[in-house]
Amino acid sequence: MTATVTTAKTGAAARIAHVSKAFGAQQVLDDISIDVADGEFVTLLGASGCGKSTLLNLVAGLDAPTAGTIEVPGGRPALMFQEHALFPWLTAGRNIELALRMRGMAKADRPAEAERLLELVRLKGAHRKRVHELSGGMRQRVALARALAQDSRLLLMDEPFAALDAITRDVLHEELTRVWAQTGVAVLFVTHNVREAVRLAQRVVLLSSRPGRIAREWEVGIPQPRRIEDADVAGLSVEITEQLRGEIRRHGQH
Amino acid sequence: MASTETQPKSEGDLTPRREDTVASGAPAAPARGGPGGDLAGLEAGLDALDTRATTRTPLPRMLRQKALPPLIAVVLVLALWQAAFALHLKPDYQLPSPLMVWDALAEEWYKGTILGVVWQSVSRGALGFVVALVIGTPLGLLVARVRPVRAAIGPILSGLQSLPSVAWVPAAIIWFGLTDATIYAVVLLGAVPSIANGLVAGVDRIDPLHLRAGKVIGATGLRGVRHVLLPAALPGYVAGLKQGWAFSWRSLMAAELIATSPELGVGLGRLLDTGRSYQDMPLVLGAILLILLVGIGIELLVFAPVERRVLRHRGLLR
Ligand SMILES: Nc1ncnc2c1ncn2[C@@H]1O[C@H](COP(=O)(O)OP(=O)(O)O)[C@@H](O)[C@H]1O
Ligand SMILES: [Mg+2]
Repeated sequence: MTATVTTAKTGAAARIAHVSKAFGAQQVLDDISIDVADGEFVTLLGASGCGKSTLLNLVAGLDAPTAGTIEVPGGRPALMFQEHALFPWLTAGRNIELALRMRGMAKADRPAEAERLLELVRLKGAHRKRVHELSGGMRQRVALARALAQDSRLLLMDEPFAALDAITRDVLHEELTRVWAQTGVAVLFVTHNVREAVRLAQRVVLLSSRPGRIAREWEVGIPQPRRIEDADVAGLSVEITEQLRGEIRRHGQH
Repeated sequence: MASTETQPKSEGDLTPRREDTVASGAPAAPARGGPGGDLAGLEAGLDALDTRATTRTPLPRMLRQKALPPLIAVVLVLALWQAAFALHLKPDYQLPSPLMVWDALAEEWYKGTILGVVWQSVSRGALGFVVALVIGTPLGLLVARVRPVRAAIGPILSGLQSLPSVAWVPAAIIWFGLTDATIYAVVLLGAVPSIANGLVAGVDRIDPLHLRAGKVIGATGLRGVRHVLLPAALPGYVAGLKQGWAFSWRSLMAAELIATSPELGVGLGRLLDTGRSYQDMPLVLGAILLILLVGIGIELLVFAPVERRVLRHRGLLR
């Protein structure tokens, strides 16, 4: 696949073509090519330190690749971090309104839209809450609402649920699946948790480590709604885990 | 976000392996009453369990905890002072009693000049502080964000902070003579470095994650400064302002004390000097007390509430 100049009408939310990234002498990513179609949910799976965050930063435009091209036809992608990254000097609602403002929405329309987004993540009435008054799960939902406020066609998520307890994470998986279905936004979701990857995605991309390369891809044909404890999810997870372990073992051998 | 359903577009050769699974992998509409039907309830439960209620301390208790200890300390100091006076440790003209100081102030009050004297100094201090704010803020931003500027004047700026601004008084008198310009020059040289340094410290302490989040939502350039950088740096900035005020006030008193001239009017520093020239210890102590009260008063009435508000909003106050 060659990286040709494309218009926004091609149906791709992101095209990552032959991207490499080095920090000094350290080659972190090597020849990564991933296409995310409009409305598609892709998870990027890999061991810690394999370059997942680096790749998302490149797609978000926070850093530039050493080689290769990245196209995001829908404009600046939204990005959710592992930490909520909400601004503590603003209320939950104002955090969302700031994103709306930066997107160019008129002042009069912002409160209603912020309220709508809060309802979308089931936080009706949390508009005036301070960030520190919210639980970890609620903060991540506000962060999701803020990301959605950008109205981008691509949502990047960097292990957004890794710091949450298991029950809250389960709930947020359901929420994310529902929000994805309702909004039709394309998602590129990074995780080191195999089950989480299978639970959420239509497609799982496994990265190897040092340098990060695409090791393998899986289509996940299991219909939604899924649950993390479903037999189908567990079955595919075992297969992917085996492969991931193999990738990690290779590093111990030389 | 017009559509409410996922609409994978046909792409042919780009992602050939995806096509067959999208249909089955596409999410169903959220099932009401199905396995996920109680999700909202579950979530509400989690939210309720994991949210900490923020309670404010009731006013009487806060008064008891916050106002009582300093009050007791003041009473203790007055008692010790009175005891020292009663024991005649020093002659009366050197160590007057608290009551004599009070009488001296009352006398100034009845002359009807004291408010004017206080106002003269406070208005000068406030104006100097505002000008210092206007200069120090962009200066601090430049030093914090522009690397060459920081390398060039960063060390000078923090060095200036340790230079007592009274050292500038002779230079300022030579430059500007016995005018208001001298006084303001000294005040600015005292306050600007504090304010700029406070902002630099505030910017340095910003969580880089917030800067990245700002970039992601499109707050770049001046919009980034206004909506992310400045509010994120606010705790350090306010601390710098507080210190800047203290430095303004100190510098002002030094300048008023040294640069005395009829054209400059009578401020608190001048009152102090008058007391000294008449060997009027009660008046000197009274003037010191007034200077102290104004400094503490402005800190308590202006800066403390602002600082508390900033910290409380961020959950940094208990
Ligand atoms: N700004 C940077 N400078 C130097 N090395 C970096 C930088 N960012 C990441 N790295 C290195 O790149 C590798 C991948 O990091 P990262 O993308 O954070 O991994 P992951 O998110 O998969 O855990 C790590 O070895 C890390 O040390
Ligand atoms: Mg990471």
